Amino acid sequence: MISFDLSKNDTKVLDALRAESLIARKYAREYDENEHEFPPNELPEAKDHPDFMSLMADRNAEDSGGSVMFTLIAMGSTWGDYSVRLRRRESGLGNSALKAAGTPEQVEKWGNLTLAMAITEPGCGSDPSQVRTTATLDGDQWVLNGEKIFVTTGCRADGVVVWATLDRAAGRAGIKSFLVEKGTPGFVVAHKEKKLGIRADDTAAYVFEDCRIPRGNLLGGNEEIPKAGSGGFRGVMKTFNMTRPMVAALGLGMAEAALDFTREKMTEAGMDVDYNQQISTQPAAAAKFIELEATFEAAKLTMLRAGWLADQGEPNNMEASVSKAKAGSAVREITQGCIEILGPLGASREHLLEKWFRDVRITDIYEGTGEIQRMIIARTLLDYTRKELN
Amino acid sequence: MISFALTDEQSSARDAMRGFADEALRPMAREYDEAAAIPDDFFKQAWELGLTATQIPESYGGYGADRSPLTNAIVLEELAYGDAAQALAATAPSLFANAIADQGTDEQKQTYLPAFCGESFHTGSLALNESTPGFDPFAPKTTAEKKGAGYTLHGVKSFVPLGNTASSFLVIAREADGIGAFIVPRDASGLTVGEVEKNLGLKALATTGLRLDGVDVAVDQRLGGEAGADIGRIINQGRVAISAILTGVSRAALDYCVPYSKERVAFDEPIARKQSIAFRLAEMHVEIESSRWLTWQAAADLEAGRDATRTSTLAKRYVADKSTWITDNGVQVLGGHGFIREHPVEMWYRNARTLGVLEGVASV
Repeated sequence: MISFDLSKNDTKVLDALRAESLIARKYAREYDENEHEFPPNELPEAKDHPDFMSLMADRNAEDSGGSVMFTLIAMGSTWGDYSVRLRRRESGLGNSALKAAGTPEQVEKWGNLTLAMAITEPGCGSDPSQVRTTATLDGDQWVLNGEKIFVTTGCRADGVVVWATLDRAAGRAGIKSFLVEKGTPGFVVAHKEKKLGIRADDTAAYVFEDCRIPRGNLLGGNEEIPKAGSGGFRGVMKTFNMTRPMVAALGLGMAEAALDFTREKMTEAGMDVDYNQQISTQPAAAAKFIELEATFEAAKLTMLRAGWLADQGEPNNMEASVSKAKAGSAVREITQGCIEILGPLGASREHLLEKWFRDVRITDIYEGTGEIQRMIIARTLLDYTRKELN
Repeated sequence: MISFALTDEQSSARDAMRGFADEALRPMAREYDEAAAIPDDFFKQAWELGLTATQIPESYGGYGADRSPLTNAIVLEELAYGDAAQALAATAPSLFANAIADQGTDEQKQTYLPAFCGESFHTGSLALNESTPGFDPFAPKTTAEKKGAGYTLHGVKSFVPLGNTASSFLVIAREADGIGAFIVPRDASGLTVGEVEKNLGLKALATTGLRLDGVDVAVDQRLGGEAGADIGRIINQGRVAISAILTGVSRAALDYCVPYSKERVAFDEPIARKQSIAFRLAEMHVEIESSRWLTWQAAADLEAGRDATRTSTLAKRYVADKSTWITDNGVQVLGGHGFIREHPVEMWYRNARTLGVLEGVASV
């Protein structure tokens, strides 16, 4: 049955999370202004505060599915702050890759580590088939050489899943993922990037120089290069199916914070949002707010749809891209619009709105830009291959 | 629990309506639009689907299915995918019947509902819209003045669907305190039904104006009698219905553009292979999905019997905006052909722009 209601258990979890997020939000400005510092793994308040995740243990049939819940949890977390948490628990993107592509032994061996994911290079972003980092087999070891940038959680992670090519001539088919633990000789964390937003988040640049790792560190263990068009690359891309809605969720949590703040300030100023008032008689600020709120709801619903399909075990590749494309543009419009409504108040660093405006901007860029998502959607609509539409 | 799962009944209703839209509505859409009329045969055929009788209780002769705004939203999207004008014509009797079934007194139900469950086509209509700039359904210019035990109605209504054949009208009017709905028979003294209006879109759907010059109605002609009715619910139902219809129109436009752009060659390749076209199509798809879920979200509020003002307003405003944008882009993808009446896209563009300005024309 179609329903957009949260169950009692869902609400309990999400309410407890919001309470944690409000604590985290108190530290948001501090870590934004001190970009070189990392927020602690636990805030001082954590010792007196029960963990909201303990409430996730008690789930039953009338509760929302796991993927849906995790998108809502991601939203509730960034609603407090993108980077600061009462307790840090997120594993890196590399953990999803390990789970999706690793052998059971590999998952067992590295599952407890926080793993970053290193794909992007100075010369390749949206088109990962252009990866130049190489992996060469030398006896029982792989030797890695190359540079990686924009590695999320790259400084703190215990290890990283790196995309490297066995044979550049083989194109995308030659790309494999390798697990490299921190401390391996030849693997250097070159620097932490300085960014427009999500400044407290750790984004690293890596250099691999004759970095030797055991032969068994190739994820999945398959050393063969699949023939062109045999779908070998698709396996690599599978990890994106739930990460795109999750990235949408991270942005939407901040957009929701911006809307909540804007509504609060409008109410304080005596500007009520009346949903029954016609556009012709409504104050422009209220009309604008309703427009932004509708955009938020639309984006959130596409996110829930993608998560719900995943929970049903149904393919969601198209819907994952829809949610990412929609959220990517929605969060920009929403935070830009909120600043427009509030004026100088919205642009002041006394408040967090200007920070949310900067923080959400990454949503339409990482995990596949909005353009890449539109490409995927269009190919699916038109039944075109990558070759036919690029 | 968050869920997008259709019930079995909803799936089969959707499939049945999809078939009807494909086979009956779409093939006739252009002809009826050009003729600015829908023949009587259509009403006979549509009546057999039982669209109105389905959700009328058995005690009044209906099939007694649960009133489901969600099912109706799904059905309306499918019908409008075929043709919005015929979809509205087929469901217009429900405008009147559903309001009575939802909020009428027992006596009103007994008096008016059985006729909607008979063998032959029967319709009433809803007189909500008025042709004043910035018309506000919550502050109509039409007034209902208390007079003795009844009311006297004054005002001018427009865009009353099937006003040419409706036997009764549910007229929304401002009372001394709030707004009410009044059942006015076609032959009421002081009521003039206007000529069929000439509109930008939905040309095949006959709409008329109404002039109410001191129409006297007894209190038992007031929807809900002494207790009155929640007119906001009728308006919110209208917002959701229009959102569902517009989603269907938008989907029709995109589905037409996809094969067209794959066939149309410019500069040695199909235009679909150019990002400027492909991205436009992708964006249209994103907004169709967004439109549908916003519509469902508001319909779910109606279904639960909650106040749907916020969600139905968000849906209506968003979907009206995006459907105009989507059909506008549909015209653009076809280029010069989009402007030519041989293709249906210009009709969908007109229909979307027209539907977007209506607040209560279709009720779910």
